[in-house]
Amino acid sequence: MEKYVKHTSVAALMNRSNVDTDQIIAKQFLKKVERTGFGVHLFHDWRYLDDAGTQSNPDFELNKPVFAGAKILVTGDNFGCGSSREHAPWAIADYGFSAIISTSFADIFYNNCFKNGILPIVVSTDELKSLMAEIEANEGVAFTVDLENQSVSTPGGINIEFEIDGFRKRNLLEGLDDIGLTLQHTDKIDVYEKKHQQQFPWLWA
Amino acid sequence: MAKTMYEKIWDTHFVHQEPGQAPLMYVDRHLMHEVTSPQAFEGLKIANRPIRNRHSILATLDHCVPTKLADRINLPDPIGAKQVATMVNNCEEHGLVLYDMQSKNNGIIHVVVPEHGFVHPGMTTVCGDSHTATHGAFGALAFGIGTSEVEHVMATQCLPQSKSKTMLVRVNGSLSKYSTAKDIALAIIGQIGTAGGNGYVIEYAGEAIEALSMQGRMTLCNMAIESGARAGLVAPDEKTYAFLEGKEFAPKGEQWDQALAYWKTLPSDADAQFDRVIELRAEDIAPQVTWGTSPEQVIPVDKTVPAPSDFEQEGKQLACASALEYMGLEAGTKLTDIDVDYVFLGSCTNSRIEDFRAAAEVAKGTSVPERVTAIAVPGSYQVKEQAESEGLDKIFINAGWEWREPGCSMCLAMNGDQLKPGQRCASTSNRNFEGRQGKGGRTHLLSPAMAAATAAAGRFVDIRELEA
Repeated sequence: MEKYVKHTSVAALMNRSNVDTDQIIAKQFLKKVERTGFGVHLFHDWRYLDDAGTQSNPDFELNKPVFAGAKILVTGDNFGCGSSREHAPWAIADYGFSAIISTSFADIFYNNCFKNGILPIVVSTDELKSLMAEIEANEGVAFTVDLENQSVSTPGGINIEFEIDGFRKRNLLEGLDDIGLTLQHTDKIDVYEKKHQQQFPWLWA
Repeated sequence: MAKTMYEKIWDTHFVHQEPGQAPLMYVDRHLMHEVTSPQAFEGLKIANRPIRNRHSILATLDHCVPTKLADRINLPDPIGAKQVATMVNNCEEHGLVLYDMQSKNNGIIHVVVPEHGFVHPGMTTVCGDSHTATHGAFGALAFGIGTSEVEHVMATQCLPQSKSKTMLVRVNGSLSKYSTAKDIALAIIGQIGTAGGNGYVIEYAGEAIEALSMQGRMTLCNMAIESGARAGLVAPDEKTYAFLEGKEFAPKGEQWDQALAYWKTLPSDADAQFDRVIELRAEDIAPQVTWGTSPEQVIPVDKTVPAPSDFEQEGKQLACASALEYMGLEAGTKLTDIDVDYVFLGSCTNSRIEDFRAAAEVAKGTSVPERVTAIAVPGSYQVKEQAESEGLDKIFINAGWEWREPGCSMCLAMNGDQLKPGQRCASTSNRNFEGRQGKGGRTHLLSPAMAAATAAAGRFVDIRELEA
């Protein structure tokens, strides 16, 4: 995975709560056996007027020309609820977003983001309101996301510090391979497994 | 120190913690289906990593699988067919147990796994599927993971896991005969919201939970994820042990006694502390029906559809307005005045034999109106055969229902079973999200008996009034 670097980009506003993974990536696109090419299907049912996805829906927020190329998504509570499909973050990353700002994220989606170079940023309700207000007042405004210093800053003078687990931060900043990290402890897993096997022999029967 | 059941399971599965990294948790059971695994197998291949313990894995085909017999022989959708073929190949290559479409064991992963006793109390269990929470019914710590984590578990048998907070949901008293585990699940979500459980593992306890059958507990834990929780748990008891005894993957002989002694140590200690405690009275839980596009948008069947002004939070007001528009409903409408076009009885939430018995009891002697399509989709071939041996299929067919082959079917509509835009469906599944059952489709979640009553009337019905 690539190292996560500080970036300044257009922040797109999608003021909806409980955006679920079915909306992020609809089921008809889950049949592929590859990890790539999901971005074109992101938010399909909202984004397009037709099933084929050829007619852009002008009423959908992210279709506003001013949000083109946005890497930051600012959105409502409980983003990513629903299914465990990693196709959701694959679609988000492939579309071009590398940071999502909300008051809360669904658990599995939150985990999945970190595997795909996406930084989910949790802010307070008031902080979210102020970020949304700045975008509404100045559509196309660019925010700066700085993972190293755990901050989001805006031209309007907002400066928010956010919390994140130290290990998630480090792995994202350094672009580390999670599986590789765990495999470094194969000896510990071997020892554990042997003990586990003695304690619970029926698990291996 | 007194521990919750979650903490006991967590401690038993703790492998190692490297400074600055998350703790590693050992995984006992890994369940799989065709949708969330292909990219994980591909990842292993690219990195040239073997599967650490293939015996921990049980796989099935369920999401893409058509429920019409003719379509199962030649899958009409070439992309779905490729996904199925990929799963078959991956399982063959790695020597994994797969209940493919030809197997008499085939069915929805969360239905077939308990049928074979593959998950036991105290186990850690994962699957690239959010409804893995189902297996918490056995007192196992079971949760959904993403595809990268599926790969991680295959390669290492471990997952980096931070400890969750604990929530106790105590349901006191006893349910009326018209309310079910599904109604408990929906009532809890209605109370705490779909984000209420974020960061928590929920333990369900209290008289009403103890009184539930194992199948009822599976329905309840299945929907833990709809409240945002990582997992749901119910303490194992005599019902759990009786359910497991004699099943294919259950411990045998001396090991059964050993296992049983261990399982009895699992329930939370009497003085264990939870981070949050919620209490409900079972007597207050009426049959529930969702009216909106989130499982938290739920009300008792005898109530009217709410208005945005009924909510305090701005976010919820917006969500209400947008749900009313999508669902084609006006605030103030009585649920029982709303007509449906479709009824779906099935899904990993409600497709076990007790669900079909409960629905058949209501469906018996009724007739589905011409304008309504009602489909009954067993969760597995084992359920289907059992239902047929009891004559339940005949009850449904005589009432005008379609009797299908097992699969996820219309719960997520990626297998040919789906709503048309604008169609309204009474569904025993778990999610009423926009487009979940087909683009533009309108889903209302309810219990199997409520679904059967709705099918007969062509509109929502308060089953408490049927006998009056």
